[in-house]
Amino acid sequence: MTFDIAILLTQDGLTNGALYALLALALVLVFAVTRVIFIPQGDFVVLGALTLASLQAGHLPPTLYLLLALGGAVGLIDAVACLRSGRAHAVGRVLLIELGYPLALWALCHWLLPLSQSLWLHALLTLAIVVPLGPSLYRLVFQPLAQSSVLVLLIAAIAVHFALVGLNLLGFGPEGVRTAAFSDAVFEIGSMFIASQNLWIVLVSAVLIVALYLFFERALYGKALLATAFNRTGARLVGISPDLAGRLSFAVAALVGTVAGILMGPITTLYYDSGFLIGLKGFVGAIVGGLASYPLAAGGALLVGLLESGSAFYASAFKEVIVFTLIIPVLLWRSLKSHDRGSEE
Amino acid sequence: MKPTTRSPLLAVDDLHVAYGKVEALHGVSLRIDAGRIVSVIGPNGAGKTTLLSALMGLLPARGEVHFRGEAQARIAVEQRVGQGLCLVPESRELWSEMSVEDNLRLGAFHRSRARAAELRADLDEVYALFPRLRERLRQAAGTLSGGERQMLALGRALMGRPQLLMLDEPSLGLAPKIVREIFHIIATLRSRGVSILLVEQNARAALQVSDYGYVLETGRVVLEGDSRVLANDPRIVESYLGLAKKAA
Repeated sequence: MTFDIAILLTQDGLTNGALYALLALALVLVFAVTRVIFIPQGDFVVLGALTLASLQAGHLPPTLYLLLALGGAVGLIDAVACLRSGRAHAVGRVLLIELGYPLALWALCHWLLPLSQSLWLHALLTLAIVVPLGPSLYRLVFQPLAQSSVLVLLIAAIAVHFALVGLNLLGFGPEGVRTAAFSDAVFEIGSMFIASQNLWIVLVSAVLIVALYLFFERALYGKALLATAFNRTGARLVGISPDLAGRLSFAVAALVGTVAGILMGPITTLYYDSGFLIGLKGFVGAIVGGLASYPLAAGGALLVGLLESGSAFYASAFKEVIVFTLIIPVLLWRSLKSHDRGSEE
Repeated sequence: MKPTTRSPLLAVDDLHVAYGKVEALHGVSLRIDAGRIVSVIGPNGAGKTTLLSALMGLLPARGEVHFRGEAQARIAVEQRVGQGLCLVPESRELWSEMSVEDNLRLGAFHRSRARAAELRADLDEVYALFPRLRERLRQAAGTLSGGERQMLALGRALMGRPQLLMLDEPSLGLAPKIVREIFHIIATLRSRGVSILLVEQNARAALQVSDYGYVLETGRVVLEGDSRVLANDPRIVESYLGLAKKAA
């Protein structure tokens, strides 16, 4: 392997690793707060990329229908819950938020799409459309199951994953998409070439990771999420509702997934079903951190990225095999070294 | 609102709580007036912790519970916290991984719209009450001693500015000196207008600090009255205050 190739592979590995790190952090967070192993994490990446591609092509993204449908379902359930607990006055507000938001966004897309081709606008619209799907899914699927075992929650997560894959196929079709790059510039440093899109990815990922860190370290709601993860009963006793924490953690996961999709769109061709493998690689990273440690999860995800690009060069047919085989020594090492966290259930 | 002359802060009527098919509380009734300390004493397994958990909404219960005149039946734990009800459970339920100060600040979570200065003042007040917490404010809660953890649990509860503070065995497992300190603090809380429902096995200390007492045995209130009267009741003296029966 020449030096040039090594640089190229490292660059690729770090770029993908940064994205996997984002996903791994979201997976750890969601698991800590809700005990859900969030299989659909990768599907949010795909939803983000496909929605952006469809906006860039000048179409109204089919994700808007999904948003409207989920909003309607959540609105209905919440309205019934309000009536049952005798808070009839809140029904109007609930319906207004859950249905009004998707409809307003719809109108906004209609109005703005012909006016502007700005990448930033499209990215913002994508975030506005895809991120609210996270909390809605939590409300519909996982909140009613909040007391269930990890296994039941996992099964529900897998069901959500398949539903999203099917809806992606229905909405976006079987063709792969690639979104327009943020910039085509290539920097030359000495004899190395660095694609600016890769720089963007690493930079935005780093910013998002720092932002998440600050959110948990400084913001009251971030601390409330951690508190729920550490001790649910304690959190309830100071008035932190587990439902709120669940929705919030799913919102963070959806945000992270969508940003990853927007970043990944220009460098990878994504299909309706690409999400599973992407999410799984983030999951391998999260496993390195024992689904509990954020820095270890991020480090593990970087390792996954590097391993993937390395094995793509040496044995590209076995790329995925090599990456997922990493999980075996990691599990062995963890089972020998760390005390058992799984038996808390 | 009930048209009673003076509606109590908390009114419990005929409360039943069951774990599956096994009923642990068989129709408990009690009332707490504002500004008072009420104790519930009784042996292990009498249902004291069950009573508090049910009042907080952690356990499903049958019967009437009115807090500040409002029925609590359909209200979730978090909403009860918002109304001014607060439980310090026997297990404390602190966040051992987080710092002392974070634990305290989260105690005011449901008041997150309050002004920062007000929260700061409350924090200082808690530190004034428990100077040892100020010394350890950056330390993880898990590294505290048993007494300090109880102080942190009390401090966290006070940060929520509760109207009614429910304490489950605050003296359990603590050294006698710390127990005296904790009960001293409970007595000073009353002067700040906090009403307290105190559940204790340490009947002597509980009756000393409280105005009114209930005796709970196997899920029923078997005796109630002014704490001073209860403390001299021969049945109480014999079974709970640990004095040997006087020879006839």
